[in-house]
Amino acid sequence: MLKDITLGQFFPGNTPVHKLDPRTKILLVLLYIIMLFQANGWAAYAVVAVFTITSMCVSKIKPKNIFKGMKPMIFIIVLTGILNIFYTQGTPVLPGWIITWEGIDRAAKMILRITLLVTGTFLLTYTTSPMALTDGLEILLNPLKKIKVPVHEMTIMMSMALRFIPTLIEETDKIMSAQKARGADFETGNIIRRAKAMLPILVPLFVSAFRRADELAVAMESRCYHGGEGRTRMKKLVMSGKDWIALTIGVLFLIAVIVLKKFGL
Amino acid sequence: MSEIRVENLCHTYSMDTPFEKTAIENINVVIPHGQFVGLIGHTGSGKSTFIQHLNALLEPSSGKVFVDGKDINESKQSRRDVKWQVSLVFQYPEYQLFEETVYADIAFGPKNMGLSEKEVDERVREAAEFTGVSEDLLQKSPLELSGGQKRRIAIAGVMAMRPGVLILDEPTAGLDPAGCRQIMDNIKRYREISGATVIVVSHNMDDAAEFAQRILVFDHGSIKMDGTPEEVFSNPEELIKIGLSVPRPTAIAMALRERGLNIPGSIYTHEQLKAAVLELKGAGKC
Repeated sequence: MLKDITLGQFFPGNTPVHKLDPRTKILLVLLYIIMLFQANGWAAYAVVAVFTITSMCVSKIKPKNIFKGMKPMIFIIVLTGILNIFYTQGTPVLPGWIITWEGIDRAAKMILRITLLVTGTFLLTYTTSPMALTDGLEILLNPLKKIKVPVHEMTIMMSMALRFIPTLIEETDKIMSAQKARGADFETGNIIRRAKAMLPILVPLFVSAFRRADELAVAMESRCYHGGEGRTRMKKLVMSGKDWIALTIGVLFLIAVIVLKKFGL
Repeated sequence: MSEIRVENLCHTYSMDTPFEKTAIENINVVIPHGQFVGLIGHTGSGKSTFIQHLNALLEPSSGKVFVDGKDINESKQSRRDVKWQVSLVFQYPEYQLFEETVYADIAFGPKNMGLSEKEVDERVREAAEFTGVSEDLLQKSPLELSGGQKRRIAIAGVMAMRPGVLILDEPTAGLDPAGCRQIMDNIKRYREISGATVIVVSHNMDDAAEFAQRILVFDHGSIKMDGTPEEVFSNPEELIKIGLSVPRPTAIAMALRERGLNIPGSIYTHEQLKAAVLELKGAGKC
């Protein structure tokens, strides 16, 4: 059950998408987000969808895994859909109804937009290892160091957080099993009872998270970690021809969407 | 009475992802009531997966588990009920303590069973006694105690449910020799008094040899050997081939045999080794 949460999880692979430089992929996702928010008409959405589906096929990520990651989002997606259906002015579907054709159109587009947004960002985290991701991010954000933003510290915190998500999930699973073995019941009862039932999981989880953090800090210090200053990398990131091609394709898609928007499609 | 019968049990983790991994395959075993079973096998051999099936924490990918002839995965209710009968103590159980006092933590299991206040109290004191947790410790916070004490409290929390089958996953991992001994003695006492079946997963062959009546050896997700300690340890070469060690007396006996001494092949306790050596000496061959 908890193992099914795939947020921030990396699926190793050997596809062209996996091999792209993380910086390229981060920039592509950025382009992708701009693209999505520029898209207005169905034609533009179709272009974005083509982009998404092609990337998905090339990276060989199974749709099943995307759906699994989507599960926690369902509530938001449904809510957005409902709100848009009921709160959009326009011509009613049937005389006297609140629901309008415009509302349905808008709701469908919003749902598509969120779904595509989530899918695109999942593709990034599914195909890029957390290490590569934060390395890429650090280099991209490097200019901010000039204005004293602690970029290195922020990215290392991020990479640690990502790194420990699976560990904490595993730990939660283990504690849950242990408490279940003592007859704890997480599945029945009303909300208050269920919230109370979480206590036997949360307390040990917090205790162990703090213990882990402490141990990690000691381990890092004993290996002479002292922040980003003068720190070199084992794997230098290099942009290759493929990266430039991928970025060009991304920009072309963005231009296509913007042109379509100009024509109101 | 709690007889466990496992039929064609298989389990695969993370099915249909790149992380798919078959942990156990086609396990068939019957464990009669009251037996003291040692489960040995190296890391990743499927021991932990196997024991989690015995009280329905994991659902089999295929195959069945019966306790007293009843399929435990039959319904949601049966999956929950079996947890009172078959109790599991996980590896490093001290990390599951959460209550403010030791007393409350031990009482968590019995309370979940819906027992009366009085009965809960009785069981907590009984379990504390089994594990040698003294009266003044009961009102302390579990977080203040030492590792060994925490471990005993966690085990007491499970014993307080008076399970007919007690399963412990590496109960002595990471403890000093005195702590190990104490815990094994606690377990032995629980079994003697309650008559329960006890299954202990262990890396420590000396423990397994000393306490268990029957030993199951896991390797690559299936049972490689199944027999009394005598039977299993009379084949030390096979165990070493799998990547396991043998009890120290067995290792010494093997070394002596290699040097040409006539020592019988099924030695696994210090007493047996001593007797064998004395016999040789008496026979004047040394």
